[in-house]
Order: sequence, then structure tokens, then C-alpha cells
Amino acid sequence: MRYLPLTPEDRASMLATIGARSADDFYSDVPKAARLNAKIAGLPDHQGELAVERHMTKLAAKNRSASSGPFFVGAGAYKHHVPATVDMIIQRSEFLTTYTPYQPEIAQGTLQTLFEFQTQVAALTAMDVANASMYDGSTACAEAAVMAARVTKRKKVIVSGGLHPHYAAATRLLCEAQGLTVVQLPVAIDGEGELAKSVDGETACVIGQSPNVFGTVTDLSGVAKSAHDKGALLVSVFTEAVSLGLITPPGEMGADIAAGEGQSIGNGLNFGGPYVGLFACKEKLVRQMPGRLCGETVDADGKRGFVLTLSTREQHIRRDKATSNICTNSGLCALAFTSHMTLLGGKGLKELAELNHEAACELADTLGGLQGVEVLTPRFFNEFAIRTPIDAEAVLAMLDEAGVVGGVRASRLFPKDHFGDVILVAATECTTTEDIAAYAAALKEII
Amino acid sequence: MGMNTQGRPTVPASAFTSTFETVSGSRGLLQHEDLLFEIGTPETSGVDLPKPKGTKNRLGGVKRKVDTGLPGLSEPQAVRHYMRLSQRNYAIDLGLFPLGSCTMKHNPRLNEKMARLPGFADIHPLQPQATVQGALELIDELATWLKTLTGMPSVAMSPKAGAHGELCGMLAIRQALIARGEGESRKRVLVPESAHGTNPATAVQCGFVVDEIRADARGRVDMEDLKSKLARTDDIAGIMLTNPNTCGLFETDIKNIADLIHKAGGYFYCDGANFNAIVGRVRPGDLGIDAMHINLHKTFSTPHGGGGPGSGPTVFSGALAPYAPVPFVKKDEDGLFRLVEHVDGDASESFGRMVAFHGQMGMFVRALTYMLSHGADGLKQVAEDAVLNANYVQARLKHVMTPAFDGFCMHEALFSDAFTADGIETIDIAKALIDEGYHPMTMYFPLVVHGAMLIEPTETESKAELDRFCDALESIARRAAQGDETLKSAPYLAPAKRLDETRAARKPVLKWTAAEVERLAAE
Repeated sequence: MRYLPLTPEDRASMLATIGARSADDFYSDVPKAARLNAKIAGLPDHQGELAVERHMTKLAAKNRSASSGPFFVGAGAYKHHVPATVDMIIQRSEFLTTYTPYQPEIAQGTLQTLFEFQTQVAALTAMDVANASMYDGSTACAEAAVMAARVTKRKKVIVSGGLHPHYAAATRLLCEAQGLTVVQLPVAIDGEGELAKSVDGETACVIGQSPNVFGTVTDLSGVAKSAHDKGALLVSVFTEAVSLGLITPPGEMGADIAAGEGQSIGNGLNFGGPYVGLFACKEKLVRQMPGRLCGETVDADGKRGFVLTLSTREQHIRRDKATSNICTNSGLCALAFTSHMTLLGGKGLKELAELNHEAACELADTLGGLQGVEVLTPRFFNEFAIRTPIDAEAVLAMLDEAGVVGGVRASRLFPKDHFGDVILVAATECTTTEDIAAYAAALKEII
Repeated sequence: MGMNTQGRPTVPASAFTSTFETVSGSRGLLQHEDLLFEIGTPETSGVDLPKPKGTKNRLGGVKRKVDTGLPGLSEPQAVRHYMRLSQRNYAIDLGLFPLGSCTMKHNPRLNEKMARLPGFADIHPLQPQATVQGALELIDELATWLKTLTGMPSVAMSPKAGAHGELCGMLAIRQALIARGEGESRKRVLVPESAHGTNPATAVQCGFVVDEIRADARGRVDMEDLKSKLARTDDIAGIMLTNPNTCGLFETDIKNIADLIHKAGGYFYCDGANFNAIVGRVRPGDLGIDAMHINLHKTFSTPHGGGGPGSGPTVFSGALAPYAPVPFVKKDEDGLFRLVEHVDGDASESFGRMVAFHGQMGMFVRALTYMLSHGADGLKQVAEDAVLNANYVQARLKHVMTPAFDGFCMHEALFSDAFTADGIETIDIAKALIDEGYHPMTMYFPLVVHGAMLIEPTETESKAELDRFCDALESIARRAAQGDETLKSAPYLAPAKRLDETRAARKPVLKWTAAEVERLAAE
């Protein structure tokens, strides 16, 4: 077995040193009825690289990759180009095969990149401080809600009708388990502003999203003001991190906590994971934050160095009093994010965001120009909702036959909300003029 | 001074030790590297993009006012930046990484190659299910492996890491109690004091109250204490127990514990962080367990990545299976795979959705690749070699260090600091290991052993590597026993000296600012 270095002679000599007859001796504490002497039935025996590669390649071949044709799916995960350098960096053994930086003297590489990551996320969201990552955007959103409840000592969380329904579900689950009440506002394409009217003196936070799940961009400044007037917090959510190069970021709107998905920068689609949750807040709230924080300090020689800090918030120190149970987060995805962000730079990010926006505008103009197709999203960054004259599921199936992956049917996300004829459509820098023309031509045929 | 025949010195002059400062700040192969913000500019980019035309705008005025100002680097600068930083990290690919409870085993490169196949890496979680049948089949195949290896009937694949798997298991217990009409009355969860911190933290995240149970002199659950905590049963939600436990020992009374908890009307959550010790040799399903997470990034070799991503699929007994989260993959009678995404129909009793999409697909590909490579026969050998290696380390060091408990251990060897002289602590031994070229063991955990040192070598270490490690640690242990004060300043040879953690926490600097740099310079 190629991953096991011990030889039969090694094993025999080690058993002799230990004073054991066989490996069975080590399992003598296991209840007799639970000891398996033979190998577990129903599973194949070991295989060489070639055989394993053959099996996995067959499975992979049954999937249609996003790059293989015109592709317009978004709604929380986005097809962007990742520079080759990023994948090389995250495959460096020193980053890939190391642990959480608990021993800072031999983990300054990871720690410095985390410090840079936190600085980038804080700048991108225009917030004071960011943590070292969460699992993904949805769990970041859920943690933001329960953090707001800790900060305000209130029990009501209000969720906009444009929050990604998966984010809303994850948030409701965690909140309700902790005895909080979640008020879900009616699903709406352009309803983030409704949050301002719903907030009351018992509200811990309101959660709004921009761009929201229908792509609508909204300035939440008014919502922030209403929330603050009632002593509540604004949690500002995003699923498309590239948008922050162009649209109003959470900090400029007065958000207290920003929670979002960082997949778009540096990370591939990967069928939904692993991704990287971004989490940032106002400085005065930092001690209620979930997750790891990297901070600057000096070593015994007085040289600058970095450590994990404020760990008295965390489960390994604080146990049942911790701010969260999170331990392992998304370290390597954060490295992908930070190295891609470093390659882009501020100007590069802005240009990338503009390219995304232009591609989406072109797509909207083209599709919206078709007889019977209506663009429903009033203001958008790189995705929007369209209404088609026939059932969206049928439209997508026929587009598929024409080689176009045309988006997400809204009814998949909102099965109970009568969106049977609505499709969520996204465009990015990867979308070409030819892709858009192919979409329009196929759609015209169908309707 | 020794000279060769050309008159070139062959012995380093003693005056030139490692203490002198260089002009560049670099030290030989270890290149100096400043922060990104000190070397890049916002105008620089390592990405060439087409020029935006700037003709279209449908933002409705929701525009960013202040640019991010984030610096960029050209590609060669960026490559050097990260390569230079990488040189400051220890890694499993460099040497033995004996962090107890972390299972730092070799990460096969075939796993990485497979995870990068476009058919896995470049598919969207919401594209039509007909276009991702291979991905759904892979999830189903991995689920079958996990169910078979654990002897459990059901598995939730979406949890994102170990602690997230704990949350999944405890939320299922919560939902089962609600279904029984006892959601409000049963809130007490028993957790051993030796448990990972995530266990009590998770229980509280789910609205439970933690009641600690003691360890006995053998490092196992104190059965008398457990029984006394079960004197009252009508408020018991369950128990969270790690097995093999955090002392590296198998809980001998585990069947008995399961029976007691079930009799009390509670459920048994098992923390599966240490599954590597028993994979292929013991099935948790045979022990009376109701839920257990499996860290794919421990037992099944997916890389730790400097702190994630992990993946924590959670297996369930028949009693908890109906409450498992959405989404999950179902194979229909026509042979097609389908995602069940909403709480109705096939998932009408599900506790809901934990996360945006279907779980850590990238980790699933790696873990399945690893399982297929090892097979059922190889995985059994994995457990046996992991346990053999740990017992070998314990046997080689027990004469110079103090084993925390008598007898064989499982996959990790636990020592207390009883052997050290006054003034020498566990951290000094850990930091001295760095100078010998090793990552330290887990230190000061579990909390039930004074100055704990928890060593988990894993099965992917050769005997020669283990001997070299034991020689080094034995020598450090002897110095610690003699009270060698030089240990207090170790490490001497690492990229950084001991760091001031108090200072970092007292006035936290959590991001780079120009003002902060000026303030530090003035100090």
C-alpha cells in the first residue's frame, strides 16, 4: 500500500519493543461483540493510482462543466476566471499541508497571509475589522444574526425578502435553536427597503442583502438609520464579492456587521464547496465576533510577527461560554482569495467589477429585447431575474438541449412563492458576446 | 582552523554564528518579506483585463464612494511574496507533525489532481441536476463508504467541518426531542471534562445546557459520576463523548454508557475526531451511537490547508435519521440521482438547512479518492499502523517522560509534565522540538492531565522517522528533567522567536494601517 511506509519487519520489531503480540492487543478495550476481525464487507480492496483515476474520471465525465459552453448560473456562486498563479500558490505544500497556526514561530507564513486577508476584507467591505474566515456566506450570515442578539441582548431577527433563501434557512435554524425569533419579510425582488419599516424596539438586527438574490442592488443607508434609531444592528449580506469593487459596500451604508461569500475571488465553483465566508464588523463589536482573528505583535527579538489572538472568545479556551463553536474555518480558500485579490489590486478589482457589470447589462439588453421576455430587476450588478412567457423549468430544459445553461429557475429556490416563470440569470467577465448571442438565439426559438 | 589543500577553510569560524544581522534582513534561504501593503500599489496588477467600455450602467446610483485602495502586485512579485512567506511554515510534507487529535497524515497528490478535474471543480451547485449526475453519484458513493465503515444507516453530507458536524448531530437530537414533545423539558447534555472545546460550545449553540462529567483514574468516563448525573433523567437530552477519547484511549464502558443514556431517554452523540484509530476495525454503529461526525480532513486525508477547509459528514442511527438536514442525494428507481432540497416530501421531518449548498464537494472528491486507493483492506491497516506507531512512541519515551495512563494507547500517546524539573514547562519542551525540526505535539490538552503533551504520529510515518523523532524528544525530555534553563528561550532556530501573545490581545492590531506602522516605529 503506497501510503503506508511500515514494512512487516518494522511492525514485528516495533511490536517487540512495545511488548505486544499483535495489533489485536491494542484493541482489547473494545467490547468483544464490536471487534471486527475480518475486513469490512461490501467495499472494494485497495487500488493503484491508474485504476482510481479511471473511476473518478468516469464520474467527472458525467457532469457538464461551466466552461464547456454558454453558462449563466449565479444565485450565490459565480463562474469567474481564477489566475493560474492562485492555484499554484494554494498547492504549495507549506500552505496546503499545514495545520491551523497554533505554533506561531513556525507558522508566520499562514499568519501573515491571514493578516493580509483580514486587511483586504475590511477594505473591501469598508468595515473596521474582519476575521480569518467562516465556512461560507450562509454560515457567516447565521453567525452574524446570533452575534447581533448577543450584542443587543434582544431576541428578534428580521430577514429581508431578498435574502438568499438558503442563507435565510441557515440563519433561521441557528437562531431558533438559540431561542431567537426570526421574522421573514415577504419575498420581493426589490424589497430590501422594507426592513426600515419593520424594525422595532425588540429587534436585535435586520438582515438585508445587496446585491440580493434577485440581483437587485440597494443602498441600505436608510435601513441602517432606522435600525440604529431603535437600538438594532444592520447585518449587510452579499453573495458576490466582486460586486464590492463597484457598488456601495456595507461600511459605507452604516452596517454594523458584514457577512458574505468570498468564492468569487480566487475560488472555483466546486459544486458548492469549499467556499470562504467573509465576516467583518465595527471595531467596538470585535470581542463578540465568532471565529479566528490574527493579530500583530512582536517576538522576543522585538521583530514584527503575527499570532492568533482574542482567543478567549473561542471554544478551545472558553468552551460553553464561547461566541461560536467554529474551529476549522476556510484557511486555504482564504489564501486563494487573498492571493487573487493581491494579483488584482484595487484598480484591477474595480475593472473586473466593471466588466462583470457591462456583461450583465449587455445580457439584459439582449434578453429584454426579445418579445415576451421581461427583465424584472430594477438595478443590478451582474445578475438579474427575467420573466419568460412559458414555464421556466421547460425553458431551461430546452436551453440545455441547445447547449446553453440558462440560469436558475426561481422556483427551485422559492418553491412556494409562484415564481414558476422566473429565471435568475448571471453574467461575469467569462461571458462572451458569442455566449449572449447563443442564449438569445436559443431563447427566441423556444418562446 | 581546518583548511583543505587549496587553503579554503572547511570549518566555520566560530565568530560567525547565527546571531549576526544582515543588511537585507534575509537569512540565507529565508528571504525577508514585508507586508503586501508595504510593497504593492493600488495601480499595480498581476491580471491583464480588457478595458471596460464604461458605456452601460444599471446600478441606479448604488456606487462605491471610496475605492478600496488595496495594493496589487505583478505576477512575479506576487509569486515571490507567497513563496517567501511559505518558507516560514512547517508542513506535513516537510516532516512529522505530531499534533494530537489532529491526525496530520500524508495528503496524497492524486486527491488534488482528481479534485481539479473540470467535471468536479467547475460545476455549479444550482445547475440543472441532469447536468451533474456524476457529482451526485460521487456524493452517493462516498455516503455508502461512510455508512458501511461506521455501520450506520444514514449520513448527512452537508456539514462544513468537524464542529459543524457536531452542530448537525446536536440539531438532529434537538429535533427528535421536539418531535417527542420534549424539546423544552430535555435540555441537559452531559459532556466529559476531557472533551474538545467544540463539544460544550456546540451544545450551547443548540440551546442545551452543559453538565460536565469527570474522568476516572484510568482516563475514561467516571461511571460513578455519570450515574450520579443520571439520577434525574427527565431533563436529559443526551451525551457528547469522544471515542477513542481525547486521552487517546478507547472508552471501555461505551456500550454501558449508551445503554444508560438511552434508558434515560437521551441520545448518544459521538465526536468522531479520532476515528482514524478504529476505521475498519470497529464500527460505531455497533456501540450504540446515535450520531457521529467524521472529519474527512483527518481520517480521510484531505489537507488541513492551514486551518481548513474541513468537511464533517455526520452519520445517524435509525432513531435520528428522519431528522437529518437537507439537502441530500436520493437515487430514484429509474437510476437517476436527485437532490432533496426542501423540508417536505422525502424530508418532511428534517430539521432544516445548515448551509447554502450541498457540502464540501472538493473534499468529497479527495476523500473518495483516498478510500478507493486504500480499499477496505488498506483502511484496516491504516488504523492498525496508526495505533502501532503511537504505541511505539509511547514505549520509546515512557522511561524518560511520564505517560498519563497505564497500558496501551490507541492512535495517540499522552504524557503529563510530571517528569520535568521545577520551572520547566510543557511549552518549553514543545518549543525545543521546533529547533529539532519538528512541529510540537498538542500541548495543555486534554485539560484533565497536567501540562498535557498529546502525540499523534499517524500511520504515514516510517519507523526511521519515528526513531529520529523519539531520539530528539528523549534528549529534550532529559534536559527538562535536569532543569536545563536554555529550554525557556527555545526556539532558537525558527523563523521567529517566541511571540508576545499578551501584547497582541491587549491592544489588538487586526489589520494593516499606515497610522499603526508609524505608531510602532515611534515606540
